[in-house]
Amino acid sequence: MTISETREKVLSGEVQLNDIVNHYISRIETRNDEINAYVATDFEAAKKQAEEIQKKIDKGEAGKLAGVVLGIKDVISERGKKLTCASKMLEDFESVYDATVIERLLAEDAILIGRLNMDEFAMGSANEYTNFGPVKNPHNTNKVPGGSSGGSAAAVAADMAMATLGSDTGGSIRQPASYCGVVGLKPTYGRVSRYGLVAFASSFDCIGPLAHSVEDTARILDVIAGFDERDNTSSQKATGNYVDAALNPNKNIKIGVPEEFFGEGLDPEIKEGIESLLKKLEADGAELVPIKLPYTKYGIATYYVLATAEASSNLARYDGIRYGHRADKEEVLDELKKEEEALRQQFESATGDEKIALQEQLTKMDSALIRLYKKSRTEGFGQEVKRRIMLGTYVLSSGYYDAYYGKAQRVRRLIQDDYKKAFEKVDVIVSPTAPTTAFDIGDKLDDPVQMYLNDVYTITANLAGICGISVPAGTHSDGMPYGIQFMADSFQEEKVINAGRLAELHTK
Amino acid sequence: MSTIDHEKYEAVIGLEVHAQLLTESKAFAPVKPEYGAAPNTQVTPLCLGHPGTLPVVNENLVRYIIKMGLATQCDVADKSIFARKNYFYPDLPKGYQISQFDTPICYDGFVDIQLEDYDKRIGITRIHMEEDAGKSIHDQDPYNTLVDLNRAGTPLIEIVSEPDLRTPQEAYAYLSKIKQIVQYLEICDGNMEEGSLRCDANVSVRPRGQEEFGTRTELKNMNSFRNVERAIHYEIYRQIELIEEGGEVVQQTRLWDTSKMQSRPMRSKEEAHDYRYFPEPDLPPIRVTEQMLTDIREELPELADVRRKRFIEEYGMSVDDAVTITDSRYLADYYEEVVDHLGNPKSASNIVLSEVLRVLNEKSIDIREFPISAERVSKLVKLKEDDKINSSAMQDIFNEMLVKDEDPEEMAKEMNLIQVSDSGFLEPIVDEIIENNPDEVQRYKEGKKQLIGFFIGQAMKASQGKANPKLVKDLITKKLND
Repeated sequence: MTISETREKVLSGEVQLNDIVNHYISRIETRNDEINAYVATDFEAAKKQAEEIQKKIDKGEAGKLAGVVLGIKDVISERGKKLTCASKMLEDFESVYDATVIERLLAEDAILIGRLNMDEFAMGSANEYTNFGPVKNPHNTNKVPGGSSGGSAAAVAADMAMATLGSDTGGSIRQPASYCGVVGLKPTYGRVSRYGLVAFASSFDCIGPLAHSVEDTARILDVIAGFDERDNTSSQKATGNYVDAALNPNKNIKIGVPEEFFGEGLDPEIKEGIESLLKKLEADGAELVPIKLPYTKYGIATYYVLATAEASSNLARYDGIRYGHRADKEEVLDELKKEEEALRQQFESATGDEKIALQEQLTKMDSALIRLYKKSRTEGFGQEVKRRIMLGTYVLSSGYYDAYYGKAQRVRRLIQDDYKKAFEKVDVIVSPTAPTTAFDIGDKLDDPVQMYLNDVYTITANLAGICGISVPAGTHSDGMPYGIQFMADSFQEEKVINAGRLAELHTK
Repeated sequence: MSTIDHEKYEAVIGLEVHAQLLTESKAFAPVKPEYGAAPNTQVTPLCLGHPGTLPVVNENLVRYIIKMGLATQCDVADKSIFARKNYFYPDLPKGYQISQFDTPICYDGFVDIQLEDYDKRIGITRIHMEEDAGKSIHDQDPYNTLVDLNRAGTPLIEIVSEPDLRTPQEAYAYLSKIKQIVQYLEICDGNMEEGSLRCDANVSVRPRGQEEFGTRTELKNMNSFRNVERAIHYEIYRQIELIEEGGEVVQQTRLWDTSKMQSRPMRSKEEAHDYRYFPEPDLPPIRVTEQMLTDIREELPELADVRRKRFIEEYGMSVDDAVTITDSRYLADYYEEVVDHLGNPKSASNIVLSEVLRVLNEKSIDIREFPISAERVSKLVKLKEDDKINSSAMQDIFNEMLVKDEDPEEMAKEMNLIQVSDSGFLEPIVDEIIENNPDEVQRYKEGKKQLIGFFIGQAMKASQGKANPKLVKDLITKKLND
């Protein structure tokens, strides 16, 4: 069921809200055990909300999203609900406030039915790095759903929500949308308030919708977009007419085709599928313009310096002091005592240089506080999060800053310039969303670099801060869906919605 | 020790002053912190470092720091960025402090300080913005360190001086000047004891004549102006003695211990930080336009140095009196209000410097807490000048005015202190005194003229202080000389 269909039926009284909510409850009850998209649900609250909104509908006071049942990625704050980020670090953490996007959704009468699985702190491309166990792809449960918004994509694909919110730092909405055969929209950086989105990489993070159709993502964006005084990086620019762009797409658009995104590493079947879809768009009236984005080949390297640097700082607050996982204090003190005693005994019997070295070791022992930090963070964070914190800490360290962080900042600007120049000539830039279809669960778990390469086509949009959409483009001979991506310049969401809708007309 | 010639050495001192700003809300969160509130009550999810929260720049913070920059002749950057300073500490909720690193908003300024026998210009390297951390409390629970986050996120400015200071006295004078400026600008209350003004000092020594700086140490934890002076003094002597004994100064941070009147080194581990500064991605750069600078410049009050000179020229005040009155913006405002009412700068400074300042000092209060308005005090002085009351009556009424908010003339009447200049009332009193004190009259007539004071005193007493002393004197002199 799409948002527009629902809206019509609900407003005409053909369907009651509790029927809609009950439909999704029964979908979740039958499918979620297998798919593992939801990590928490609150059916009673959803039913209660439905009752109240039904009254509003009956009085003719319904909001724009009346009757829309949404799932929220567990990285966006909802007051009074757990906000775990799929991490052991926050497994018992309950949020005390609503994110701006949540406030806006609730103000338009959306029904929030549950919290969605994800890669821990949004770091991953397969939704396997999670404290709740991996999410399965509804098209084939041996496959990953993509990540980090794997739960958000899978919930839509398995019809366990009408739409969902995800977050996209390097492709985390678009890549799972591609793997799961749904539409995923990453707005321009600054278009949607980040207030209440748990930060992974603050200069990249974006909240965006995943849904069954381009129009549905436009309807959600229409509600969540806009300036927020609680986020200094949110833009004061007026929002666009997103729904109209989906309803009345212009067929005579200029589509830039970058050679860099159709080369080596791309699955030939996907390449062929995208190219034949582009021919259809051309036949409709679009103009295909070959373009070059020469610096995008440095996208992944640049991203993994800058995003991890920011992450290392953003995740410093999880120290076990005020909230979150804290290591057992007695254990920490015990270990400290034992180590100290052992060193002391060695020191007693040692002589000469060895004695001096041991003395030095004794004075340099970590304090109980430092040990508590280390142990809490060691226990609370998973492998991938730790890997990125270490990488980010390293690139910011004195002596390395210029070689890594400084240089990556400069390359980021070059990539931004690449896009700026390209958008002088074209409305949108097209690419496959990901180089392959969904891979098998466990396949790339031990090879982080292979995992990172999944984001090769999506990551540069985050570096440039521009918007992008992934729309289902076809089905591979392996039975799995794949997506086509359109990117447009900053604050030109209408253009990606427009282009996405044109593609959708050929694939639905 | 006594064999050491300390004069052989010269100290080089630079100060880093932190001033807590009096903005209506925290630097990056909409809460107004109250001093002395119960721990952890002045907080939002942001101050607690909750996931998903974002800092928002308080606009006053930017205006206030620009005021400070302009008042200290700094250049103001048209674009400056915030940076994150990363380190772990329990009272630092986010694991980083929002500060500024290589682009301070104000830089290259100076202040002039006045010492007893010379003036000196002290360079300001930079002034930047940052947020305060919370407070760790180590002495209230025998087993745990307690953390109070009320202060977390409070806006601070850090004012870094050039290493231009050479003596503890200069450091004291510089710090006092900074305090005076922030108070004149009304951007900080300047209270070191409550921690709204804090100071760290970098100190090194070198043989006189040597260009190169010696190895410096950083002094922290000095919670009063006197302690800054003492700690620097102690450190200069410590370093000179160390060098004279053949030792070397080690670069370290030292904590001043007020109870022992000495400093001790911080554990070297505690200071071995790599802060991993990088641009704060949650906050866009701060842009300062010419228009903003013009507006802020117009808001600047007349500062103490300018005002002091004007008082000397305009009111004919002595340098010392001008320094005293202009030390506080509010005292100077008060003074000028009294001048306006009286039209007489001399009598205005008399009452302010004697009576008003005496009460402020006795009660350790600020002029803003002083109960008698400039208007009322002027009325009182006017009564005296119009000969309606005498000076002892003025004193009595002034003291009464401290506790009673009434018109001074009404009070004078109520207290029966209106001066009597009616000789018909005074003559019988004078006659009686002459009659009752024949011995004194005799001695006066024999030439002991200073006894006049005795007669006047008796007359004042008999008139219950109401007699016009001048008239009394004339009357007595006339009668005794008859």
